[in-house]
Amino acid sequence: MTSNIVLSEVEYNVVGKRHVRPDGVDKVTGRAQYGADVQLAGLLQAKVLRSPHAHARIKSLDTSAAERHPGVYAVVTAADLPFASLTREELGGDYQRLKFASNHVLATDKTLFKGHPVAAVAADSLHVAEEALNLIKVEYEVLPPAMTVKQAMKPNASLLHDDLFTSELGEMSDKPSNVASHMAFEAGDVEQGFQQADVVLEREYETASVHQGYIEPHNSTAFWNADGQLNIWCSTQGPFVVRTNVADILRHPVSKVKVTPMEIGGGFGGKITAYLEPIAALLSRKSGRPVKLLMTRTEVFEASGPAPGTWMKVKLGASRDGRITAADIFLAFEAGAYPGSPVMQGAACALACYDVPNARINGYDVVVNKPKTAAYRAPGSPQAAFAVESVIDEICEQLNVDPLEFRLRNASREGVRRVEGPVFRRIGLVECLEAARNHDHYSAPLEGPYRGRGVAAGFWFNRGFQSAVNISVNPDGTVNLIEGSVDIGGSRASIAQQAAETLGIAYEDVKPTVVDTDSIGYTMVTGGSRTTFATGWAAIEAAEDVKTQMVERAAQIWDASVDDVEYVDGVLSHKSDPELRMTFRELARQLLGTGGGITGASNVDPAGEGNGFGVHVVDVEVDPDTGKVTILRYTAVQDAGKAIHPSYVEGQMQGGVVQGIGWALNEEYFFSDQGQMMNSSFLDYRMPTALDLPMIDTVIVEVANPGHPYGVRGVGEVPIVPPLPAIASAISHAIGARINRLPANPGAVLEAMS
Amino acid sequence: MEAIEYTTPKTIAEAVQAMASAGDRARALAGGTDLLVQLRGGRRSADLVVDVKDIPELNEVSYNPQSGLTIGAAAPCYQIYANADVAANYPGLVDSASLIGSIQIQGRASLGGNLCNSAPSADAIPPMIAMGGVANIAGPNGTRQVAVEDFCTGPGRNVLESGELLVSINIPAPAPNSGANYLRFIPRNEMDIAVAGVGSAVVLDSSGQNFVSARIALASVAPTPVFAREAGDSLAGKAVSDESIEEAARLAMEAAVPITDMRGTVRQRIHLVGVLTRRTLNNAIRRARGEE
Ligand SMILES: Cc1cc2nc3c(=O)[nH]c(=O)nc-3n(C[C@H](O)[C@H](O)[C@H](O)COP(=O)(O)OP(=O)(O)OC[C@H]3O[C@@H](n4cnc5c(N)ncnc54)[C@H](O)[C@@H]3O)c2cc1C
Repeated sequence: MTSNIVLSEVEYNVVGKRHVRPDGVDKVTGRAQYGADVQLAGLLQAKVLRSPHAHARIKSLDTSAAERHPGVYAVVTAADLPFASLTREELGGDYQRLKFASNHVLATDKTLFKGHPVAAVAADSLHVAEEALNLIKVEYEVLPPAMTVKQAMKPNASLLHDDLFTSELGEMSDKPSNVASHMAFEAGDVEQGFQQADVVLEREYETASVHQGYIEPHNSTAFWNADGQLNIWCSTQGPFVVRTNVADILRHPVSKVKVTPMEIGGGFGGKITAYLEPIAALLSRKSGRPVKLLMTRTEVFEASGPAPGTWMKVKLGASRDGRITAADIFLAFEAGAYPGSPVMQGAACALACYDVPNARINGYDVVVNKPKTAAYRAPGSPQAAFAVESVIDEICEQLNVDPLEFRLRNASREGVRRVEGPVFRRIGLVECLEAARNHDHYSAPLEGPYRGRGVAAGFWFNRGFQSAVNISVNPDGTVNLIEGSVDIGGSRASIAQQAAETLGIAYEDVKPTVVDTDSIGYTMVTGGSRTTFATGWAAIEAAEDVKTQMVERAAQIWDASVDDVEYVDGVLSHKSDPELRMTFRELARQLLGTGGGITGASNVDPAGEGNGFGVHVVDVEVDPDTGKVTILRYTAVQDAGKAIHPSYVEGQMQGGVVQGIGWALNEEYFFSDQGQMMNSSFLDYRMPTALDLPMIDTVIVEVANPGHPYGVRGVGEVPIVPPLPAIASAISHAIGARINRLPANPGAVLEAMS
Repeated sequence: MEAIEYTTPKTIAEAVQAMASAGDRARALAGGTDLLVQLRGGRRSADLVVDVKDIPELNEVSYNPQSGLTIGAAAPCYQIYANADVAANYPGLVDSASLIGSIQIQGRASLGGNLCNSAPSADAIPPMIAMGGVANIAGPNGTRQVAVEDFCTGPGRNVLESGELLVSINIPAPAPNSGANYLRFIPRNEMDIAVAGVGSAVVLDSSGQNFVSARIALASVAPTPVFAREAGDSLAGKAVSDESIEEAARLAMEAAVPITDMRGTVRQRIHLVGVLTRRTLNNAIRRARGEE
């Protein structure tokens, strides 16, 4: 058996090595501080009253008894949000955006999903807060919910918003609708493309709402000081985004909001939106005390941001020799209660793996009475891949072509133009497909009844965006690295490695620290597979700044010109005088006496992000009596550009696969007829346990990204894309019937077999 | 969760007195793996929690070839499956005790708690029914005995009256050539609630080719665990064969009256009762023949 292969092209001193993570000791000894650990003098505990209905009008809301309850310090409702006292004229074009953002935090006239916050209480203790919630009287007029895109798109559907109009290819519809927008991409001549095809298949697919399932629930502690300074401690992927959101919703200056990101117990895209922070802030302002607000697991499921359920149609044409000639795709994604599903990303990812000359993709963003969706690892791409890769699998069966060979024939490569416009720079899909084909998993025989093998490819853009890093030199030759990127997957280590490599010093000599929004320049979220790439880039630039200043200082000490000083592998030397030579450490010791310390700083917004691709191979066995699927073997191949820390790249790949397996097999929001989530616990929302998973083998392919000094691409999101179609195809081969709706839970597989 | 009183009686008499003092507002506490979760989640409330783990009779696990196995109501799962007599004579009980929850849960969870919680999905109840278990109950009016199959009366409800306590469960000594097995179906491989479960116990004749008697019980397919009496009785006197087993499976499916919910549909659950009845009968037969 093979596992964890790294196919490296370039070797470095520090980059590419498996170093010990700086946050490891605190995490394994339980000392790491998470949001729930925050303790402040006079801290109050708060609790949110949430709508029991998926869709209802609030007829009356009376908090007076709760306010009088002993031990209660503050009660807030939507009336306390600035939006309540702003007019449409004052807000102008910003009106609807702020209305949606404010109403999402605390509902005004209507509740749009079960769990929608209606009011909140801060009290001496959680128990008192809970008692006070029971004293709040809300009168609801229950409205029929629209729970799926199919329901919500019907002409007579129950409308969530009477002022939401469809943005129809740029034009506004004249009637309100649950369809927030309709976008389209088109390239080539689609009709002609289908005429050139020897085989044309058209299929329909559906996927369910799923949750990221991070282990740490949302939490937020806020203190609104008498001078208007607002401090927030929370679990977030993006402290600067929280700062912007809070400032926006509370109409408070950004400069008066400081967000301190605590350690984070997972996010996967779901910890970017500010759910609790504005509420905690309002309660703190009212009570004059710091306020802590924690979600339970049920609240996380019901009122944070799941990934959308979808309805998709794919029509694909191919020639007998296995070339895709045309594609026509329909994607309708659930936005949840407010517009903003990732249907645009889904549409852009749908065909990105292939060079498709003639293609049309229509995407619909549809509001439904479910929590507003949020990003989840490669948002939109796994669902779209499920649809497209499944059709490709069927076409391969019909044409009797090996599915990896088919993908190689059509694979995107440098110079290929994507349907939505951009042209690929150097990418590594072909190398991934070849590595999968060469892997012993792919040639291993799979014998026995009810067993099947599936393969699929997946794409994610990977992102750039802003990051900042400061590096200051210590007298002992070590450096402090200050960054704004919350560490989710080991990024302290992979950022420090890039700084150490650039400075030519040891990894252990770089001490990374993640700081609050007052203490570093603007840094975008840890998400979008951007952190190792963009914050890494910032670290490289800050290190280069340090090098420049070190060279200047050496020149000053040696009374030489900077042009005469060389900096190689952490050693400064005079180009023509071999006597003049100092290590980084030797110079560091002299800094304070020769003009003061040195700090390198950088703010970057790099544009050279490298697109990411992965190819997965999976073997399954189906119990024909029960429909239960066992994953026998799983191999994930991915182009990392350069794996700065291979173990953490492998961790991302394996983690993405695990979440993909859950999504494919069992995870699903299960709703009552009235739109209430019935399985809002980990007992019945069935994520895989350790006993449900095989060892997941990985192959890291390294096709250097020309847009990054060490060739880094992002890696965090791609690995959740291929599992859905790979597993669905494997099951289909095992049982001889297609799986066109996920999850393929035992009941669904039994139905497919009968 | 609200403030509650807590007491740790040392004898059955003290426990019964404590239970009676708070009437319906008293709850016995064994491992707490149901009770504490329910109290915290607001699904049950109580004024008095009576921890029964200090009472010797409720912790006993003892075997006697004549009177059979006595399991104290609070004895945790791991003490049951780690007991050599249980392992040798009641592998069908070990099936349940070793699949409830996880290692951590099994360190606390008791079969008595499983029975008194009276969930339709309880994994320990079907094998106890199949093996002819009897519940020993103590209360203000003395002691009484109730067959396990008659114990549960609805989801979370049972025959215990106010002030009554389950002391132990007695399981008869295994007859010669007998065997039992419990299987449940869950979509994952642990930490799940049975979509359906079946416990089967068989007694074969000395040739191992014919059924003398059989008992079959079902989980998660009705408001209470189901004793599928006709299914078991259909096997009495019949030869061990695919046909006789198939007929028992058919009758077991008829005894199931499940609902559709997030864990499974009516159709799927009835189907699974058939599958699991066949599988547990075959496993029980193998055990009766000494094949495993
Ligand atoms: C993570 C997890 C996984 C689980 N997995 C499973 C599973 O796979 N299968 C399964 O069947 N169950 C499972 N359970 C439920 C639970 O563990 C079992 O039902 C267990 O057997 C209960 O035993 P206990 O000793 O913890 O009972 P407790 O919680 O102490 O008591 C349960 C109920 O019985 C009452 N009671 C207890 N003892 C007595 C007594 N002597 N007299 C009168 N009343 C009494 C209590 O008042 C309470 O109402 C799981 C629970 C958890 C938390």
